[in-house]
Amino acid sequence: MSFGVVILVHNALDRAAQVIRHWASAGCPVVVHVDRAVRRARFERFREDLEDLSDRVLFCARHRCEWGGWGIVAATQSGAELLLERFPGLGHVYLASGSCVPLRPVAELDAYLAARPRTDFIESARVTQVPWTVGGLSEERFTLRFPFSWKRRRWLFDRYVALQRRLGVRRSLPAGFEPYMGSQWWCLSAATLRAILSDPQRPEIDRYFRRVWIPDESYFQSLARRWSTHIESRSLTMCKFDFQGKPHLFYDDHLPLLRRSGCFVARKIWPRAQAIYDEMATGGHPADEAAPSPARIDRVFAEATERRVRGRSGLYMQSRLPNPGWENGFTAAPYGVLEGFAELQDGFTEWFARASGATVHGHIFAPERVEFADGATVWRGAMSDSAALRDHQGPRFLTNLIWNGRGARQVFQFGPRDSQRVSWDIAKDPNARIGVISGAWAVPLFRSGRPAARLCDLAARLQQVEADHLAALRSPQAKARIRVWTLAEFLEAPAEALALMLSDIAPGRAGPPPAPPAMVPLDGLGRFLQEMRNLGMHPYLTGDIPIEPPAPRRPAPRPYLVRPHA
Amino acid sequence: MKAWQAYRLRLQRKRWRLRALRKRRELSVVADRTDKIRPADILVLTTLRNENARLPHFFDYYRRLGVGHFLVVDNGSTDGGAEYLAAQEDVSLWRTEASYKRARFGVDWLNWLARRHGHGHWCLTVDPDELLVYPFCDTRPLKALTDWLDASSIRSFGAMLLDLYPKGPIGAQAYERGDDPLDIACWFDPGNYSLSRNATYGNLWIQGGPRARSFFADDPERAPALNKIPLVKWDRRFAYVSSTHMLLPRGLNLVFDEWGGEKTCGMLLHTKFLDGFSDKAREELRRRQHYAASAEYKAYAAALEAEPELWCRWSERYINWRQLEVLGLMSRGNWT
Repeated sequence: MSFGVVILVHNALDRAAQVIRHWASAGCPVVVHVDRAVRRARFERFREDLEDLSDRVLFCARHRCEWGGWGIVAATQSGAELLLERFPGLGHVYLASGSCVPLRPVAELDAYLAARPRTDFIESARVTQVPWTVGGLSEERFTLRFPFSWKRRRWLFDRYVALQRRLGVRRSLPAGFEPYMGSQWWCLSAATLRAILSDPQRPEIDRYFRRVWIPDESYFQSLARRWSTHIESRSLTMCKFDFQGKPHLFYDDHLPLLRRSGCFVARKIWPRAQAIYDEMATGGHPADEAAPSPARIDRVFAEATERRVRGRSGLYMQSRLPNPGWENGFTAAPYGVLEGFAELQDGFTEWFARASGATVHGHIFAPERVEFADGATVWRGAMSDSAALRDHQGPRFLTNLIWNGRGARQVFQFGPRDSQRVSWDIAKDPNARIGVISGAWAVPLFRSGRPAARLCDLAARLQQVEADHLAALRSPQAKARIRVWTLAEFLEAPAEALALMLSDIAPGRAGPPPAPPAMVPLDGLGRFLQEMRNLGMHPYLTGDIPIEPPAPRRPAPRPYLVRPHA
Repeated sequence: MKAWQAYRLRLQRKRWRLRALRKRRELSVVADRTDKIRPADILVLTTLRNENARLPHFFDYYRRLGVGHFLVVDNGSTDGGAEYLAAQEDVSLWRTEASYKRARFGVDWLNWLARRHGHGHWCLTVDPDELLVYPFCDTRPLKALTDWLDASSIRSFGAMLLDLYPKGPIGAQAYERGDDPLDIACWFDPGNYSLSRNATYGNLWIQGGPRARSFFADDPERAPALNKIPLVKWDRRFAYVSSTHMLLPRGLNLVFDEWGGEKTCGMLLHTKFLDGFSDKAREELRRRQHYAASAEYKAYAAALEAEPELWCRWSERYINWRQLEVLGLMSRGNWT
């Protein structure tokens, strides 16, 4: 075998012994470092377990390895020194931990390394040029001092960092030294490793690194740059980190994924992942290609980070309730809001559904009940048509409706009679496509046949509600795509308005829409509105409806578009 | 949070802990096997009354997930369940005839048992009709989850209650002792839940589902709460405040993300609506031992006279946890 292994062990000793046995029985010399925190009795038992392999498995001096501290580097140095001293003929040295599991036959790794005798596989990047560090300490790892443990004395750690920042204390780096960072797990050629360990500046560099934070991610990474002739900046150990910089664990159900990745060694493996350890014990899975391709596995872990950090837009559930502004999309998909159209044309919702292919609901915020499409009493997601339940849910009713309706474009009618709870929400939602015929509420009043005098109060109330809603739509916070016509403008050119709303809500729909339904009879509407004016209630939102119909046709005014403010 | 508010919550937590200490006197030990609890064991804590029919499946289910020991309070069962429980090698059993209501619906008893035996363990507090589902529960034991939570320094794990119901009238299909209740009650409401945040304790308040839809459509405010935090790395200083809906200290209630992300969470499949439910509802109404003057059971009793069917056209049939995740009811978060 042309390479040896240094293994750092601190817990799950039975699993570690299994891995060591695997390396050794494939012919690799192994030096084991056991954390000094492991009790003596346990260590001796562990050592005895591996007694039968004593020609190839050696134990080096023990150090206390605390996360983020110098001990891990010291342990690696001791292990590497012993290995190189006792097995001088090695080509490479592989640094692994007790929870790193070789998943391909060791012979394949051996062949891979033998074909690249001068190459050092060590991830090593300039500190300033990678976004890896979590928690805000990147360059400062090298310029501040870290005498306190991050895990056990976090308060002191943080205070001491803050103090040094305030005082502007900076350590100076050893002369001619540039820090690099990368994965702790490397595979260096014996020549490079020897050069690092016998660096003439080593006492000074070691002294310096004793107070660097997480030196195991930078000591060998920096020194390899100094001594290596050919650095391949990647680790042969596949290790994935989550958004907090903590390694992902692999479980039995990852096995197919690990096989496809073709990685030589994977970490960390959950100690009880029996199938993965069995896979190793049976000699590993031979890969189709010589080189590992971890990109195949990356997607799965990138998705996990995306889910944890950004979540699914428009979803509100037991583990996701974003603060206002952090929703990453108030709703899950684009939807249409039509205000006043259904009041002017009988059979409008059915027509719009046919013309757009969307699911077109009635007034889902009506005070009596939720008017789901097709008169349903229960709708997708088992949403109830109870107005009380809906009002209790607040904005969640709308977000649920859009979430449950994913796959089909949702459209609903809205107006001043309805609960206005979501008025601002839809105005601010870039997913909303809103079309308003202002003053259309006058038409049902007119058609009710009741005298204007009895309807004045109601009309005034509806007009006030609609005015407030329009103020939301015209506010600088409005991000929806919004079109507003007055009733008079709409009546001048209804077909154009409908075509615009169709293209907003169902863009790219082929073919001309079916003929729109007939307008409800409006003869006498102008007189009705004038009567209201005479009673002191001015319906200004309707626009200028002529008192004596029908007026000769004039060129249609252009609808105006309320531009969302960036 | 203001200092005085923090201090008041601290006092409240101490009060619940004292109360648990006082209420421990109501428990008399039937089978104490707590010496068998090993340091890394996951514990299940439960209070029950007359649930004999469900017990075999309940124990099967949680043993298969890898639960190490069960701490059970039997509140005066008369159906032979106590004998069954006492015979289980991994069950420690206490019995009480005292008032369920005055033990704050069993919370005081379980707070005591968790404090006495649960310190340093992952404790899962569930009712006998609640089955925990978590990401990858079909391929990874519960220990995988708790190890990961430990590694991530997470102390509590949320699992919303998901009401399951059969198709057809509730009592139409007979449930035999030992059967998987999910064979009968396998339908649920996929998307009609509302959430809000409790300002005092910081937990979510979730309502909805078939109970809100069928029994509380006119009075949604009183619909039962579905948010639960059943799995906690227990410390003797912790205390459940109201059922497993919320805890103190209140940092444990933050099982949801406020900045747009999704945290890892599970679900409690609630198989309450089985054959025998109507009888139980009538009995519970008579005993008046439930929350809010048994308002929930009053609503049931009224509705049950009319042989209700909870199933509707948009009910979803339960398949597995992945389905629940796709529907947006739970999430893997960054556990993968």
